Amino acid sequence: MYPRPIADDAPLKRGLYIGLVALVLILWLVPLLAVMATSLRSFDEVMAGNYWGWPKTFNFTENYTSVFTQTAMARYFVNSLLITVPSVFGVLILSTLTGFVLSRYRFRSAQLIFALFVGGNFLPAQIMMIPVRDLMVELGLYDTYYALIIFHVAFQTGFATLFMRNFIAALPDELFQAARAEGASAWQTLVHVVVPLVRPALAALAILTFTFVWNDYFWAIVLTQSEAVKPVTAGLNNLRGEWVSSWNLVAAATIMVAIPPVAMFFLMQRHFIAGLTVGAVKG
Amino acid sequence: MPGAVLFGTVIIMASVETVWISFFDWDGVGAKTWVGLANYLELLGDPQFYVSLKNNLIWLAVFMLAPPIGLALALLLNQPVRGMRVLKSLFFVPLVLASVTVGVVFTWFYDPTFGLLALVFSAFGATAPALLSDEHLVTFAVVFAALWPQIAFCLVLFLAGLNNLSEDLIGAGRVDGARGLAMLWHIILPQLREVSFIALAVTVIGALRSFDMVAVMTSGGPFGSSQVLAYQMYEQSIFSYRFGYGAAIATVLFVIMAAFIAWYLHTLLKPEQEGA
Repeated sequence: MYPRPIADDAPLKRGLYIGLVALVLILWLVPLLAVMATSLRSFDEVMAGNYWGWPKTFNFTENYTSVFTQTAMARYFVNSLLITVPSVFGVLILSTLTGFVLSRYRFRSAQLIFALFVGGNFLPAQIMMIPVRDLMVELGLYDTYYALIIFHVAFQTGFATLFMRNFIAALPDELFQAARAEGASAWQTLVHVVVPLVRPALAALAILTFTFVWNDYFWAIVLTQSEAVKPVTAGLNNLRGEWVSSWNLVAAATIMVAIPPVAMFFLMQRHFIAGLTVGAVKG
Repeated sequence: MPGAVLFGTVIIMASVETVWISFFDWDGVGAKTWVGLANYLELLGDPQFYVSLKNNLIWLAVFMLAPPIGLALALLLNQPVRGMRVLKSLFFVPLVLASVTVGVVFTWFYDPTFGLLALVFSAFGATAPALLSDEHLVTFAVVFAALWPQIAFCLVLFLAGLNNLSEDLIGAGRVDGARGLAMLWHIILPQLREVSFIALAVTVIGALRSFDMVAVMTSGGPFGSSQVLAYQMYEQSIFSYRFGYGAAIATVLFVIMAAFIAWYLHTLLKPEQEGA
């Protein structure tokens, strides 16, 4: 292990080390901690300029209730869920199918398709903006949930397929031979052999896709316009313009936007890290 | 292959179409007029283009700090101490935050009257510069905000890398008397080569793609001084209805990134072909 582990019998050193890490952590999270503290402050306190100190009054319920009742945040929140959840399922299904085909069947252009997926995933979003926007306008989907769902599914499938392909390709060949010997069709093999085995990968992919789609801002502002469809990221930015000096409310809204991905992350932390590193390391 | 078909039609076709549109003069609604290379010639004479390009270079340069800082943090945190898992997760948090969240948080951090930066300055008896309205400093202010999640990303990658180090090599190094920095340089870093490469690639791509933070924190201002290519393209198309011109900017950005992606894929796929 590197660096050399701090010995168990050196409690002073250990204590110092923990102290140092805690200090670095607090500095690291200062911006976020301040937003959390401010989401609890009263409006008067914000006006008085207390942004960074300990809150003098705790207005937890008032602030968060007003975010829900006085702003469109509740609407945005529901919109985000209606966009994110179907996108995640779409991505999981399509990428498992495509990843299965790419990993099991060797055909000449496999490498090329693989490269296209990787390359496509790294493209700047702007190169697709005009045609995608046009396409959605022509299909009559512009400014609807479907525009965002379809786009996110199409886009995330690139990365996700790669991810599933690597995972399925790592399964032992004997498994597939056995399935074939039993007379299972490709479809049956997929459903009864592959899917149960790649469940951890699906979990990892689900949380990654959830985070990506939930946090998306660019497509949210390119493909939607009306309040009724806007997801939280675009909504938050609107809110900031509307409630310029009510930093306590904006802070509460900011925390609300952050909670779902952060909660997902802590619930499925192991999967998330594994997903991110496998996805990045394997390409 | 429904996945490939969907991905193929939407992503690839869209990209090709953008290149096609870049040869037209088009307001997004009416008829397209073929103008050949006029959009590109205009771009070459557009001072804003050079500002955006320069800002993209600043992003790239400052983002290069992310891998080393990520590595330093990873080295700090890679200790088998109880409760370390939770601490590590807290360090990862910026990574899962939406860029809008990061943007809002940092806009505040930089607030010239009450922001934390202003408080630090006033503690030393100085007045903080209004970073986001200073045309020389604004890009740096935005990049440093974007650096926060990027460092977290590199940290995750390096922690994974440190977990896969060969104990034998480290042991051998210790026997030979390698310690501290010498150990890091001669024994650890060579083993982290692959991870470092990925961290670097992800960072370069992140820097070139930057859009969200600029849009949220400054909208490219003041006077376009913090625009990057991605944002300039968006602004030209959506606000100025110059879709052809926007497409040309997107194409330039695409070519810059395609060169990098080609290099990345080339390096990445090489070992796989050798193995097969």
